[in-house]
Amino acid sequence: MTTATHNDAAHDDHHDHGPELTGIKRWLFTTNHKDIGTMYLIFSLVMLFVGGAMALVIRTELGQPGMQFVQPDFYNQMVTMHALIMIFGAVMPAFVGLANWMIPLMVGAPDMALPRMNNWSFWILPAAFGILLSTLFVPGGAPAGGWTMYPPLVLQTGDAFPMLIFAVHLMGISSIMGAINIIVTIMNMRAPGMTLLKMPLFVWTWLITAYLLIAVMPVLAGAVTMLLTDQFFGTSFFRAAGGGDPVMFQHIFWFFGHPEVYIMILPAFGIVSEIIPTFARKPLFGYDSMVYATASIAFLSFIVWAHHMFTAGMPLTGQLFFMFTTMLIAVPTGVKVFNWSATMWKGAMTFETPMLFAIAFLFLFTIGGFSGLMLAIVPADFQYHDSYFVVAHFHYVLVPGAIFAIIAGVYYWLPKWTGHMYNETLGKTHFWLTTIFVNLTFFPMHFLGLAGMPRRIPDYSTQFADFNMVATVGAFGFGLSQLLFVLIIVQCARGGKKATAEVWDNPTGLEWTVPSPAPHHTFDEAPIVK
Amino acid sequence: MATANDKYYVPHGSPWPIIGSVGLLLTMVGVSGWLNGGNIAPYIFALGLLTVVGMLFGWFGTVIDESEGGAYSAQVDKSFRMGMSWFIFSEVMFFAAFFGALFYTRNMALPWLEGGSNNFFTGLLLWPGFEAMWPTNGPSGVGGTFEAMGPLGLPAINTAILLTSSITITVAHHALRDDHRGLVKIFLGLTFLLGFFFVYLQAVEYIHAYHELNLTMESGIYGSTFFMLTGFHGMHVSIGALMLFIVWIRIMRGHFTAKQHFAFEASAWYWHFVDVVWLGLYIFVYWM
Amino acid sequence: MDIKRKIAAIALLLLPSASALADWDLNMREGVTAISREIYGLHMLIFWVCCFIAFFVFGWMIIALVLHRKSRGVEAAQFSHSTKAEIIWTLIPVVILVGMAVPAAKTMVKIEDDRNPDITIKATGYQWKWQYEYLDEGVSFYSNLARTSNDARRLNSGIAPESVPNYLLEVDNHVIVPVNKKVRVLITSNDVLHAWWMPDFAIKKDAIPGYINQVWFTAEEPGIYRGQCAELCGQDHGFMPIVVEVLEQDAFDARMAVLQAEFGIDTPKLAAAD
Ligand code: HEA
Ligand code: HEA
Ligand code: CUA
Ligand SMILES: [Cu+2]
Repeated sequence: MTTATHNDAAHDDHHDHGPELTGIKRWLFTTNHKDIGTMYLIFSLVMLFVGGAMALVIRTELGQPGMQFVQPDFYNQMVTMHALIMIFGAVMPAFVGLANWMIPLMVGAPDMALPRMNNWSFWILPAAFGILLSTLFVPGGAPAGGWTMYPPLVLQTGDAFPMLIFAVHLMGISSIMGAINIIVTIMNMRAPGMTLLKMPLFVWTWLITAYLLIAVMPVLAGAVTMLLTDQFFGTSFFRAAGGGDPVMFQHIFWFFGHPEVYIMILPAFGIVSEIIPTFARKPLFGYDSMVYATASIAFLSFIVWAHHMFTAGMPLTGQLFFMFTTMLIAVPTGVKVFNWSATMWKGAMTFETPMLFAIAFLFLFTIGGFSGLMLAIVPADFQYHDSYFVVAHFHYVLVPGAIFAIIAGVYYWLPKWTGHMYNETLGKTHFWLTTIFVNLTFFPMHFLGLAGMPRRIPDYSTQFADFNMVATVGAFGFGLSQLLFVLIIVQCARGGKKATAEVWDNPTGLEWTVPSPAPHHTFDEAPIVK
Repeated sequence: MATANDKYYVPHGSPWPIIGSVGLLLTMVGVSGWLNGGNIAPYIFALGLLTVVGMLFGWFGTVIDESEGGAYSAQVDKSFRMGMSWFIFSEVMFFAAFFGALFYTRNMALPWLEGGSNNFFTGLLLWPGFEAMWPTNGPSGVGGTFEAMGPLGLPAINTAILLTSSITITVAHHALRDDHRGLVKIFLGLTFLLGFFFVYLQAVEYIHAYHELNLTMESGIYGSTFFMLTGFHGMHVSIGALMLFIVWIRIMRGHFTAKQHFAFEASAWYWHFVDVVWLGLYIFVYWM
Repeated sequence: MDIKRKIAAIALLLLPSASALADWDLNMREGVTAISREIYGLHMLIFWVCCFIAFFVFGWMIIALVLHRKSRGVEAAQFSHSTKAEIIWTLIPVVILVGMAVPAAKTMVKIEDDRNPDITIKATGYQWKWQYEYLDEGVSFYSNLARTSNDARRLNSGIAPESVPNYLLEVDNHVIVPVNKKVRVLITSNDVLHAWWMPDFAIKKDAIPGYINQVWFTAEEPGIYRGQCAELCGQDHGFMPIVVEVLEQDAFDARMAVLQAEFGIDTPKLAAAD
């Protein structure tokens, strides 16, 4: 929907710009959105592997009934760390990385609005995860109370406890600064003529996501701070004896936690909304309603949090309220799904790797959404809650949801970053392996949950054996397939077929008007958007 | 929109962010170790804080030089304003969490402990005889009997102080806009002095609470919410006053123009924010 | 095409519902209380509704994927919105959702109606066992994971789980309740959060230290029913199962007498309380 007349993005050295930094300094001191984006993306890939390796420990122990490999407490540490690393270390930084790389290119800005703070947002992450990962080696081991950190259990954590709290604080600071930077960039740095309703959907979804981040990360910080003072300074927030309530933590946590899950999916929606029109060679269907749907999802996400606490003993009215609001979210999400389908309808589709992942996202995220809707039905949730049905639900929305969208985005923009085309055959192979194994891993979990297998257990009764074995096989397959992903990226960075500025068959958006690879500095002169 | 894009100042590399990260790392590692009883940890913590403070001076120093050097276009200025407003919004949400805790415990948890709503047996079997009232330190009287902090006396004075300070800062702001630098110096100076005085009185109030009222952080949910809310607010007042102090020094050095004085406005906004939070505190923590 | 697998898998999920409901390896248990059956019904209702929607949505996508591909030499149409269509696919879901919300709400109201029970049991979670108190009968005992399972579940115990009857789902002392009587369970905890989950009664409630949650059930078939702790409570969260034995009234009375002899205590009689 945006076309750029005149752009001299190519010309690199601009009066504003001093000498370029080189060597290690370039990465430590950089204020360049592309360098920072790259660092975010690499960091997130590393974290995907770390968190994935932990997932494999989990799956290995669950491969068959009986305890074969790890002690129960270590198992719980793996579950907790796996989740924290995947959510805060893999998915969120990946989206921020993509935002850093693409938003300035998409809105025609010379860089992010606050370049120094941008660098800081990134470099806080290694500190945060350095602290978090080092808890594996402190007395008492890593946190083992689940990523939801419910008291009183989390207060039984050993020396890792304060480290966990402060690691979370650092992640919060990093995300908040990142989000502020993105909002300001979008609101203040758009090229002349790029009105709000001309922005690419990836920019729109990120604008709304950034708002969610600023609204809820501080609340998480508050929640864990209360944990800290309950532990070390004798406060009674979560102690009934002192007039507090352990369930209050859950309310505060999920007030953060539910918007958080949409923080992990809205940018994914954006990416898919960029990719499908390109490969359907057809403008996105219902652009405006896409924007409004995203906004409504964001709004609703603030009033559904207690659907994670249906078994905590809320009064009836509360249960019903949160059931209704939660079910409502299916409507705007549905609008999106239908719009994507309508975009493909009567298009002229080709199926390059990004499109394949986007299509898989459509199918598999929707399945995850359906199970989510089932979870929203309170009486039924009494059976589903804390069972593997929940685990199946959220892995469907997170792995073939968020992760697939990220992978799709990487394939889609990789040529723009590296200037080379990736190996399409390998890409398609990666897609099929990943898609088959992801279902092999997570689909059986629906059955396990319905059959009555609780989550967060290292060992289970024998009737669950078969599906667990299947899931474990699937997980290893999925893991190995991701090694192929790394290979493809490295290859593409090293060399390969030169990519044109457009890369794909006339895609829309300013990012395709700059050469590939995108020069270090782009849009020093703002393009004019018609 | 984006008219001055080509003039948008994009700095070229800066050591401060990474130094800041290292500082934060040391601080967090230090305080964690400290809480775990490590004996060198406090020094690591101190070192971390020093690094962060040094970073702040370095970073803002650079920004000030660039600003005074006229590197910032109107658009850059706008970025700073937006950034600051969203930062304040995040601070608001941080306090929201603690106000939320206050409302939740007073309106839900305590009645339930007494046996209200669907918690009949909670009251009957676990806490027989407990009556939900406010203030309270819970059914087992955690921290021993205490007296609550009334709205009169120090808190009332503090309210007056903050309200006055928000007037003085506004006067200073108008003065700056009309280039009456003399007035700015006086009223800005007054503002941060009032700020520090507020913090001093808060300290006096705490000492009074601990020694005369036996009101401590351990005093059940009342003590918890009281000290966390007022404590974090006090912290923010100190930061705000410090910001104003630095702006005041810059005024003394002749920084800022009637048109361009973002740092001044940012601190002023921040000051109004701590002001508003205090009003919330005064009503919900001291009064009701 | 990955969707084929999906259909296959969904079909898999349908089988049991169609045929042997007892086979709860794939699907939710119907359970032995009126409520549990109602919840099972809800579950199947939503499930079919989702399949129904999936049929159309996925069908639509698949047709597009098959027909509207460049390789078939089609020209891309350029339409980009249709207010009518968008209104339709906003409203239809709303209608469907209301259709699901109403029965769900009705069931919720039934579940919450815990008036005049015949017997009240207090279940207290501990790391990692359950304590049961029959408040009017004056009985109190602990219920630990059965020795056989406990030995087998040690790291590399060398004991094959398959060789252990009811591996991880057996305890030393069963909870006993009379059949066709309204049993109220007061759930709380002594340390961290736990949750009392009995799939066959469709009951799951968190055990919260300092607070008491209540649930009720009326089991209609005598038998032994097994569940587990369903809230992470530390290293042995997976090893504190729940076993409820539903007995005919006389058998229950007989067993209760034994329990009273063995675990008799005097607890505050509840009868007065409500
Ligand atoms: C990306 C992350 C993500 C996303 C997008 C979602 C989306 C949704 N989630 Fe999910 N959820 C999680 C991540 C996510 N969730 C996580 C991590 C947990 C577990 C946390 C923990 O305990 O550790 C969780 C847990 C969770 C629970 C708590 C379960 C329990 O613990 O008992 C519930 C309950 O209501 C729920 C509901 C929903 C709903 C209704 C949606 C909806 O947004 C889905 C909407 C989409 C659709 C419905 C499909 C498309 C729509 C159509 C095709 C239109 C037509 C459809 C109909 C009319 C039905 N989720
Ligand atoms: C975005 C978030 C995200 C992602 C991407 C994943 C990815 C995966 N998760 Fe995740 N998971 C969560 C978020 C996520 N998870 C959350 C929030 C929980 C709840 C935690 C809690 O209860 O507190 C959870 C819990 C959870 C459980 C339940 C544990 C329990 O309740 O006891 C399981 C069990 O199978 C699981 C498995 C997996 C697997 C197999 C993957 C796979 O997709 C991972 C695939 C990736 C790799 C495998 C890495 C790549 C390759 C290598 C490491 C190289 C080496 C590979 C080989 C040699 C094969 N996860
Ligand atoms: Cu007890 Cu889990
Ligand atoms: Cu949720």
